[in-house]
Amino acid sequence: MKVAVCVSHVPDTATKVKIGQDEKHIDPAGVVFIINPYDEFAVEEALKTKEKFGGEVVAISVGNDNSKETLRKALAMGVDKGILLKTDKSLDSVGIAKALAEELKNQQFDIVFMGKQSVDYDDSIVGQLTSEFLGYSCISNAVYLNIEGQKVIAEREIEGGKEVVESELPVVITTQKGLNEPRYASLKGIMASKKKEILEKPIVETTNHTEVVKMRKPAAKQPGRIIGTDVSAVPELVKLLHEEAKVI
Amino acid sequence: MHKFSGVDYYNIDSLLSEDELMIRDTVRDFVSAEIIPVIEKHNREGSFPIQVISKMGELGLFGTTLPQKYNCAELNNVSYGLVLQELERGDSGIRSFVSVQSSLVMYPIFTFGSEEQKDFWLPRLATGEKIGCFGLTEPDFGSNPGGMITKAQKVDGGYLLNGAKMWITNGTIANLAVVWAKLDGVVKGFLVEKGFKGFTAPEMKGKLSLRASVTSELIFDNVFIPDKNLLPKTTGLKNALMCLNQARFGIAWGVVGAMMACYDSALNYSKSRIQFSKPIAAYQMTQEKLVFMLTEITKAQLLNYQMGRLKDKGILKHTQVSMAKRNNCEKALEIAHIAREILGANGIIDEYPVMRHAANLEAVKTYEGTHEMHTLIIGEDITGFAAFD
Ligand SMILES: Cc1cc2nc3c(=O)[nH]c(=O)nc-3n(C[C@H](O)[C@H](O)[C@H](O)COP(=O)(O)OP(=O)(O)OC[C@H]3O[C@@H](n4cnc5c(N)ncnc54)[C@H](O)[C@@H]3O)c2cc1C
Repeated sequence: MKVAVCVSHVPDTATKVKIGQDEKHIDPAGVVFIINPYDEFAVEEALKTKEKFGGEVVAISVGNDNSKETLRKALAMGVDKGILLKTDKSLDSVGIAKALAEELKNQQFDIVFMGKQSVDYDDSIVGQLTSEFLGYSCISNAVYLNIEGQKVIAEREIEGGKEVVESELPVVITTQKGLNEPRYASLKGIMASKKKEILEKPIVETTNHTEVVKMRKPAAKQPGRIIGTDVSAVPELVKLLHEEAKVI
Repeated sequence: MHKFSGVDYYNIDSLLSEDELMIRDTVRDFVSAEIIPVIEKHNREGSFPIQVISKMGELGLFGTTLPQKYNCAELNNVSYGLVLQELERGDSGIRSFVSVQSSLVMYPIFTFGSEEQKDFWLPRLATGEKIGCFGLTEPDFGSNPGGMITKAQKVDGGYLLNGAKMWITNGTIANLAVVWAKLDGVVKGFLVEKGFKGFTAPEMKGKLSLRASVTSELIFDNVFIPDKNLLPKTTGLKNALMCLNQARFGIAWGVVGAMMACYDSALNYSKSRIQFSKPIAAYQMTQEKLVFMLTEITKAQLLNYQMGRLKDKGILKHTQVSMAKRNNCEKALEIAHIAREILGANGIIDEYPVMRHAANLEAVKTYEGTHEMHTLIIGEDITGFAAFD
C-alpha cells in the first residue's frame, strides 16, 4: 500500500497571535509552530494502515523551510520519508491543493490522508480539492475507517450523528478527532528521523483565486458587570438580559 | 488552561541541538497530557500511576543512554537530563521511577552484568514490561552504606541472602531488585527476582512526601540466589556509588522541572490575584520573590547544561555531580516554599501543584546522598580533608 499524508505547519493554538505590519499576515515573531493537530490523526492513520498492509508512508508539506520541522515530527512518529514542496509564497487552498495533487499524481498513491482542516486558515477544503484534481474519491471528516481489498468503509461525523459511507481506492481521506489516538514520537523515533530523507522540490506555479486583503482581531471582550451578589439582584438581571443583552 | 511553555530567561535553548529540543518537547507534551491530569489523584491516594509505565516504555524513557541493541534510544546525557527535567515538572515520584529504572537498575546490569543478564533484562526493562528497584539503604545504614549488614553466603550453586533494606523506591511493584550485600566482607550486587523464596517487599505507608511513588522494605530470609544472578563485575561499594552518581546527575536535572512548575504556577497566580485593587505581582515584595526564583532556575539550568556536556565528553567528576545535586535540590525546595507563600491559602491545596512539589522535594533533598553528605564530598575534594570515613 502506498500511503501519503499531507501535513501543515501551523501556529500553536495556545499562542497569542499578533497581526503583522502589512495587516495581511500574522507576525511570526515569538509564535511557536506545530504540526496541524488534525494532521496528527492523519499521520497516525497512515502509520496504522502501513502496519496492517505493509508498504510505505510519505509525508508531504507545502511551505517554506520551516515546514521541515513538521515533516521531521511526522518522520519521528514513523513516516518513512518526507517531501517539502517548497515555496515562500502564501498560497490559497486551491494553490495548495494543486501543488499537492501534482506531486501525488506522479507517485500513484492508494490513499492520501490529511487533516479535515488546518487550524491556521480553517478553509476545510484542501482535501476535497486535492481529490478532485487527482480524480480520486474523497471521504471527509472520517472518525472510523476500515479498509478491505479495494473497499473503504468509513464513518463520517455529521451534524447530530454519524454517516457510514463506502468508497473505493484510490481515495483521499480527511481525518477528524476521534478517528484514533495519535502516538507520541518515541525517543528512538526522533533519533531515527535524523537519518530519514526530506526531499525538497519546487511547486507548480499557480495563481491565487482569493487574495487576503486584511486581517482583523475580534473585538475585545467588554468587561463584565456585577449586578449584585444575592437574590435581590435577580429581577434586575432578568431585566438586563431581556432589554440589554436581548437573550431572553 | 494556560499551556506550559518552559522557562528560559538566558536563551539556553540556543545551546541545545535540534534533537535535544525535540526530545525535551516530546516529553513535555507527554507530561502535560498523561501525568499532570492524573497526578493529584494519585498523590492524594498515595498510589503510583501504574498505567503510565507502559506508555513511558513506548516513548523510550527507560535506559535512554544505553545502546539500541537493548531496545534503548542511545541518547546523550544532556538528553537524558532533559527527559528527567520534564518528568519532574509533572512529579518527583514519576521522575524517581524513571531514575531508578534507568540509573539504578539498567545501568548496573549494563555495566556489571553478564551478557546473558544484559540480553534478558535490558530489553524488558526498556519497555517497562519488567520493573526494577535498587536496594542499598538499610534501617541502620543510610548515609553510611558501607556499614551494611545484609550478607550473602556462598552455598552450592549460588548464595544465601540474609538481611533487610529500607526506603526502597519501587520495591513492592518490582520484578527485579538489584541488591547490594556483603560476600566475605566485600560488597557485591545481586539480582533478586520477585517470587524467590524468603524474599518479601512490604510497602512503607504514611509518607507525606513522594506520595505518588512506591517506597518499600526488602526483607531477605535465607533467600537462595542462583550463581547466574550475581552481577559478576561488581567488586565493592564503589560500584553501588557509581550507580548513585548516574542517578544524582538525573536528580540535578529533574528538580529543575519542579522549580519550573512552581515558578510558572506562582507567576501566573500573582498576575491574576488581586489584593488592594492591584495584582499581587505588582508589589515589590512579590517581584523580588519571582526574580529570586527565576535567577536560581537559570543558574541551575546552566549548571546542568555544563555538567551534561562534561559527562558527554567523559570528563565529569563525581564531585561536580555532588555540587549540582546539592545546589539544585536546595534551591528547588526554597523555590517551592516561596511559590507556596505567593499562592497564599491556595498554596496549600492540591488544586495547585506547589505544595506537592514542596513536599516531594523534602525527600529528594535527602535521598541519593543528603545535602550534608554532598557538602562533605565537595569539602573533601577542595580541602583534602575527609570529614567522614
Ligand atoms: C522516598 C525515599 C526513597 C528512597 N529510595 C531509595 C532507594 O530506592 N534505594 C536506596 O537504597 N535508598 C533509598 N532511599 C534512602 C536514602 O538514600 C537515604 O534516606 C539517605 O541516604 C539518607 O539516609 P538516612 O535516611 O538513613 O539518614 P541518615 O544517614 O541517618 O542521616 C540523618 C541526618 O544526619 C546527617 N548526617 C549523617 N552523617 C553525617 C555526617 N558524617 N556529617 C554530617 N551530617 C551527617 C544527614 O545528612 C542527615 O541530615 C530513599 C529515601 C527516601 C526518603
